[in-house]
Amino acid sequence: MNEKPRQPAEPDPNQPGQTALELINTGAEWLRGTGRACDVVVSSRVRLARNLAGFPFMPRASRVDRQQIVDLCHHKLMEAELADRLLWIDLREVSRLDRNLLVERHLISQAHARGKIGNHSVTGGRTGEDEPRAVAVGLPGERLSIMVNEEDHLRIQVVKSGFALAEALTEIDTIDDRIEARADYAFHPRFGYLTACPTNVGTGIRFGVMLHLPALKLTGDIEKVTRAANDMSLAVRGFYGEGSEPLGDFFQISNQTTLGKSERVLLHDLEHEIIPKVIEYERVSRRQLVERRGEAIADQVHRAMGVLTHARLLATDEATRLLSQLRLGVAMGLIEKVDQQVVHNLMLLVQPAHLQRASGRNMTQAERRIARAELVRNRLAEAVTRRA
Amino acid sequence: MKCACGKNEATIHEIVVVNGIVQEKHLCPECAESEGISPDPHANIASLLAKHAQPAPAGPSVSGPVAPRRPPSVRSVRCSACGTTFSQFKNEGLLGCADCYKAFEFPLGPLLERAHDGATHHVGKIPRRALAASRGGDRPIEALLGSLEERAERLATLRKQIAEAVAAEHYERAARLRDELRSLGSAPSSPGADLPEDRPEA
Repeated sequence: MNEKPRQPAEPDPNQPGQTALELINTGAEWLRGTGRACDVVVSSRVRLARNLAGFPFMPRASRVDRQQIVDLCHHKLMEAELADRLLWIDLREVSRLDRNLLVERHLISQAHARGKIGNHSVTGGRTGEDEPRAVAVGLPGERLSIMVNEEDHLRIQVVKSGFALAEALTEIDTIDDRIEARADYAFHPRFGYLTACPTNVGTGIRFGVMLHLPALKLTGDIEKVTRAANDMSLAVRGFYGEGSEPLGDFFQISNQTTLGKSERVLLHDLEHEIIPKVIEYERVSRRQLVERRGEAIADQVHRAMGVLTHARLLATDEATRLLSQLRLGVAMGLIEKVDQQVVHNLMLLVQPAHLQRASGRNMTQAERRIARAELVRNRLAEAVTRRA
Repeated sequence: MKCACGKNEATIHEIVVVNGIVQEKHLCPECAESEGISPDPHANIASLLAKHAQPAPAGPSVSGPVAPRRPPSVRSVRCSACGTTFSQFKNEGLLGCADCYKAFEFPLGPLLERAHDGATHHVGKIPRRALAASRGGDRPIEALLGSLEERAERLATLRKQIAEAVAAEHYERAARLRDELRSLGSAPSSPGADLPEDRPEA
């Protein structure tokens, strides 16, 4: 069987590097630091796992199948008017650095960047950087991203700033309908939307709320939150989702079960029962910390600001930890010269791929530390000047 | 609470619903392990499979007590559409195609129940275009919503959830579930035609 020729690279916007720069310059809406409960909630995301009827799932899909799925999705998604502008990125056309940048922006998973099938090791299954796969990104704002040929044929994600799960669900539901109007999904009356991994079958939906919980981390009560969440079939994960460590006191809480509970019931459980309790718990802990150890907290926050505005060498972990403390200071009104958007943008810009893209060159780790410190100093100085 | 063994404190609580009958187990970690219950409710799919999708041993051995266990037959069940065997799925944690759900429906059942808090049937969104097409007559609605028996089972699940929500005084949740029950019940030739009588006493 003849393999379909690879899609030619799109003109300007898809030139390797141009895409990345455009994303950095236009910015993601979820980084705004606005919205409901934004003192604690960074972002709310919803994702749907969907497979096209008539094609094998990814572990059994041949290279020809995969290319056909990519071509079909490219065509169908682009005509479905899913965003003001839908940026189509063929992941074989972009450099490893830019794929990492997409991971850092939460637009694709690490597995997708590497051409792997989720977090599974499939014997005999095709994996590798040259496997046909893509991501479509909704612009402006990057609220929508659709991974094509990750663990499932389609992984649709909508993300919003602050605590906005209901709005995200409404948006993704419309997008899902528009796609389904053009392509048949694999569906079974008993099992619902069929997914490669049975843990996603049913609604195929995963709600995720990214929370900044520095006070609960400091008091050690984060353990109680994790235990309570696990009791309710919820997972608590790190900044970069499944398998990632909590980074800078950021935690993602998401549902684990997808069968037997409708989208609306899952939403209700998270939006009205669980997340508000965690938000309140964090707020109470912050107030108690101020009452009992006010000077120590203020000292920690201002020290973080001091190091960030004066350091000459910064590693990613240290920068993230300090930015997390700065975020707490901004949320508590201790630091008034910068806003959350500046802090959130820096959280991304200090990551290795962003740093190298923003600087316009590849760097060694030692060079990155220097460039990172410089970038943070400059951005914070600009923000302070703007506010003054 | 003490474990059934009477020695240790019960720290692992398992509630299993089989055919609508609730069975509760309160165990210490040792007893839980011996019963094959994972202390981690979010153990990965491979370990869940290893513990719970294990079919019953294949009858008495003919070659004495020291003979190795015969490989259970379910492992060799093969999906005719894509060729994936259940054993392959067990190792990888991923199915090969949509038809695998039919081919492995029997051994998958208990696994799905464990992974999804006892749930056995989908409740929620149904592809719209497919639903509209089925109403237009070119595909029977049963193809999407399942047979009458299956739909009756889904309705029964919803009714049970409503009763639980009402008992726990979660009226808002109960109302949402009732909306779902209605939308499922409003489908043509649905077993939910007796809906009004099923309203929970709020």
